[in-house]
Amino acid sequence: MADVTLQNLVKTFDTVEAVRGIDLSIPNNEFVVLVGPSGCGKSTVLRMIAGLEDVTGGDIRIGDERVNDVPPKDRNIAMVFQNYALYPHMTVAQNMSFGLRLRKVAKSEIRDKVQRAADILGIAELLDRRPRELSGGQRQRVAMGRAIVRDPEVFLFDEPLSNLDAKLRGQMRIEIQRLHQQLRTTTVYVTHDQVEAMTLADRVVVMNAGRIEQAGTPDEVYHRPRTRFVAGFMGSPAMNFLDCQITEENGRTVARLAAGPALPLPAEQAARARSYTGKKLVAGLRPENIREAAGHDGANSSGVPHDVSIDIVEPLGRETIVYFRLGDATLCARVGTEVHPSAGEQTSLVFHPDRLHLIDPETDLVL
Amino acid sequence: MTAIPFKTAPSLRSNRRWALIAAYACLGIFVVFFLFPPYYMLVTSLKTNAEIAELASNPWIVTDGVTLGHYEHLLTESSFPRFFLNTTIVTVIVVAITMVISVLAAYSLARLRFWGSGVLATGVFLTYLVPDTLLFIPLFKIVGWLGLLDTYWSLVLVYPTLTVPFCTWIMIGYFGSIPRELDEAALIDGANHMQMLLKVFIPVALPGLIAATIFAFTVAWANFLYPLAYIYSESEMVLTVGTVTTLIKGDVFHWGGLMAGALLAAAPPVILYAFLMDYYIAGLTSGATKG
Amino acid sequence: MRVLPPLLRRKPAVAVLMCVPLFALILGLVAYPFFHALFLATLNKAETAFVGLDNFTFLFGRQTFWMVVRQSLLFALVAVVFKALIGLAAAHAINTIPTKGQRKWRGMMLIPWVIPPALSTLGWWWLFEPTYSAINWGLTKFAMPAVPWLSDTFWARFSIILVNVWVGAPFFLIMYLAALKSIPGELYEAAEMDGAGPWQKFFFITLPMIRNIIAITTLFSIIVTLANFDIVRVLTQGGPLNTTHLFATYAFRVGIESGDIPLGASVSLFMFPMLAILAFIILRNVRRRAASLA
Repeated sequence: MADVTLQNLVKTFDTVEAVRGIDLSIPNNEFVVLVGPSGCGKSTVLRMIAGLEDVTGGDIRIGDERVNDVPPKDRNIAMVFQNYALYPHMTVAQNMSFGLRLRKVAKSEIRDKVQRAADILGIAELLDRRPRELSGGQRQRVAMGRAIVRDPEVFLFDEPLSNLDAKLRGQMRIEIQRLHQQLRTTTVYVTHDQVEAMTLADRVVVMNAGRIEQAGTPDEVYHRPRTRFVAGFMGSPAMNFLDCQITEENGRTVARLAAGPALPLPAEQAARARSYTGKKLVAGLRPENIREAAGHDGANSSGVPHDVSIDIVEPLGRETIVYFRLGDATLCARVGTEVHPSAGEQTSLVFHPDRLHLIDPETDLVL
Repeated sequence: MTAIPFKTAPSLRSNRRWALIAAYACLGIFVVFFLFPPYYMLVTSLKTNAEIAELASNPWIVTDGVTLGHYEHLLTESSFPRFFLNTTIVTVIVVAITMVISVLAAYSLARLRFWGSGVLATGVFLTYLVPDTLLFIPLFKIVGWLGLLDTYWSLVLVYPTLTVPFCTWIMIGYFGSIPRELDEAALIDGANHMQMLLKVFIPVALPGLIAATIFAFTVAWANFLYPLAYIYSESEMVLTVGTVTTLIKGDVFHWGGLMAGALLAAAPPVILYAFLMDYYIAGLTSGATKG
Repeated sequence: MRVLPPLLRRKPAVAVLMCVPLFALILGLVAYPFFHALFLATLNKAETAFVGLDNFTFLFGRQTFWMVVRQSLLFALVAVVFKALIGLAAAHAINTIPTKGQRKWRGMMLIPWVIPPALSTLGWWWLFEPTYSAINWGLTKFAMPAVPWLSDTFWARFSIILVNVWVGAPFFLIMYLAALKSIPGELYEAAEMDGAGPWQKFFFITLPMIRNIIAITTLFSIIVTLANFDIVRVLTQGGPLNTTHLFATYAFRVGIESGDIPLGASVSLFMFPMLAILAFIILRNVRRRAASLA
């Protein structure tokens, strides 16, 4: 058990700066998910923690020790790889025990540890099989078993679920969660899948272009994004971004959307936006905050209806995603299944300003 | 068939049938072409000298009774067993040397990268293209200086120039195709370079290793030019040269013994091939295709 | 935890160490002999005096040498063309039949490639034996004239090419078969949808898809064939009247058997420019493919 601290961590490949100064401190037992688009440097950070990449600048500490120059095997970490990286010529048991055998751990102890890990993961009956005889999910479990057996201070996961089909991914997510609850080991988990980030993390670290955009609980990152990037990255379908103008109308601060409705801002937002009166901002509105007009629940009362022409309809069963045009922009809304808009139809959608994010286009920061 | 919905349907099928018949006919002709010489060698080796000398009967079959006399003579009253032993010694040592040199180098070139490693890899490939007939004369001098002329140790010295480049080249290909994650997993598991090579790379690339071994074996077993140029004493000769040069002497009808010798000498690579055909073919094709 | 110098910085020493035996081998037994051959080629027969390019001018003045050059090129080109054609036809035929039987056929056809060529050539030599030739026996059965396989210049050259094709065609077969197997079947199905017949499929899909393998295999084979030694040595020893000598057998005759090592080295070296050009083209091909894979 140990905490992990990254101080001004930098990684340069030849001339490309992959990681540009990361500061992050991960307390003991925390489950941290690094998330971001491909090429954002999240895997590089993980591989530096693992010791698979040299550190160009800054420090990595595991526990109290600076580990920049410590080889991976002596860092007391275990890693689960994207493609599992199981040794194809070894049985499951041999795969799991390879590290222990290299460390000359006593045979009986190895057997106990492998058995315990196999029981935790439900792969006890697979111990004599070879990786090629296993399904994707089973391989994934073995890869995790190999990590558990080592009893490491830090677990590292590098996009471990990206090769599984959607259903299995859901199951393994739950399994990883359960595992973490059971073992309470400090975990750094890299993924580009925001669902994994949201569901697994104690803390989500959103990265972009080698920097941390925001680190916070899943709730914070989703509901209070700090930057336009985070706002746009988290959530699916992605947040709608529209140019808007802040004006004072009838004593209220209003965000007038380009080619769209004027949304009166709630008090808190209004206070922050007032200094931008007369200026152009970017408004971010999640699809779930643009609803069908037909609803009669109280939430609608604060909404502003607007007539739009439906472009594309995606019925998903539980809900329906509709795309429509507003000026030059294509927006997306989530509507209930009671309404059945069809493409080309004119309909009224209600814009809810209470969850509106206002972004300063010069700094890309959310107000 | 009462109705033919599309006129192309039957023609497609008959097209395929004709293609198949043509293919089998073609294969039949080729197999006869490829196999009649060894067949004839076998038939000759089983005939009595009298039948071989006789001109009237059909030479393609044994008419006068099968004899193993030629084989018996070969194994008991000629230097053939000596040749076989020499060849085995040379081949085993050469294969061992080759595999050690090329596995180490291939691991280094495929994974570790150092200044000049790209040039060296290219050099390996170019060396592989150098035929034995280009350098056998200067090597003759070198073998002479080292006092190895007329011993089979000269072959142990020079054969690796033929086997190592190819084996290194295909092992680079096989090692290179091992996913990097596997090294990293081993690194985290605590393996050092030697453990990585012995416990991960070699077992994972075992098919490549077998292919390379077969190749080295075949080359060392079959080479003809070097022993012909460097060895003169019957006691030091290997199979290829021994069979071609010593068994031809003697009475006119040495053909039975000669064919028996050629077949016995060719047996080890052929048997090896029969059991490990897939590795053999993998090795052959990967030489040119693994970049 | 032990603190060690960074892993990546420790690598070169180990890496270089592992390559030392290979490097020594290439340097000592390939590079050095090559330069030594260049040196040898400038000496007189007794290796006592420097004669410059006299060995080469001597060779250039000899009709036999030019015959060797012509015969080597003729042999290599004709043999490679036939090996390539037979290999392609056989590979295509194997690829046409059901997968189940392919292994068996392929296995039988590779046998000539597996037998050490010096030994299989002995079998051919016996087949060509003037009095007892089993091939001639067959020919006369079909009322055809017996062929003077090894005693007539034309037939001797023919025989050598025939044996070389017999030994080498399976290599082409295997390379082509591997290439054919790598063509996705969907391409043929798509072509069939587009109305392509068997020949069109061959010319518009098969050939372009395996063009690269054909090129590399052919270049490889030209090198190996040009440098061939075993077949001529066993079958004709260069005869009749030196008309079947190749560079290698002629170099052996001159250098080892007649004891004129500098002259033999010169003959061998004559192969070098041709091999170098071929190697250069192959290397470019292999590299390009490596780059396209990366």
